[in-house]
Amino acid sequence: MSKTVFSRPVGLIGAMALALGGGSMALAQEGRDPAYAAARSAGQVGEQKDGYLGVIGGQSAAVQAMVRDLNNKRRAIYTEKAAGKSTIEEYAFATACRLISQTQPGEKYQAPDGSWKTRGAGAPERDARCP
Amino acid sequence: MKALELTGSTPAATSPAMMSPVRYFAQQLASRSGRRAACAVMMMTGLGSALAGCVNVTAPDKPIVIELNINIRQEVIYRLSQDAENTIKENEGVF
Repeated sequence: MSKTVFSRPVGLIGAMALALGGGSMALAQEGRDPAYAAARSAGQVGEQKDGYLGVIGGQSAAVQAMVRDLNNKRRAIYTEKAAGKSTIEEYAFATACRLISQTQPGEKYQAPDGSWKTRGAGAPERDARCP
Repeated sequence: MKALELTGSTPAATSPAMMSPVRYFAQQLASRSGRRAACAVMMMTGLGSALAGCVNVTAPDKPIVIELNINIRQEVIYRLSQDAENTIKENEGVF
């Protein structure tokens, strides 16, 4: 699923990666903060069905603060990108469809019924409205 | 048509014996038309509910609510899908 990264125009990816100070264009994880990447693989945080991150179970204040910060950034992005196209919620939901598809085995995601699932080898359970 | 003419002009005869069969028929038509007119007037003044022959339309007690934009629509999600994919790639650290 995440291999679709390679199908994008290389110039654009390079520009984005440089802007982020990464310089890598392999997998999405490589642009992540190590603490965030660790929390994801540990199943402490997961992708919610609404396009935001969720904290699973009782986690440290640091993890909660990190999720809050990332969600604030996500909201800002959704708000900016949705302008003139859709509502913020719709844009976030459309992004969630993609994000849940792109979760790696072992990572957590929220199923349509609201429960947390661990991504296996197969396709994740997504909302019926996801394309 | 004929009935409407008659309503406006001469006073209608009250007994069938007083007029020819043709006029009696016309008078019947006129009275029916008159009743319809009265019905319409009463409907307008809001008193027509008790009158037989009127079709009563009452407004619902609850306000009519049309829900727009409450549900996330599938076609919107479909349209945004590629855009969302680009956004994820443009903001690697956040997603």
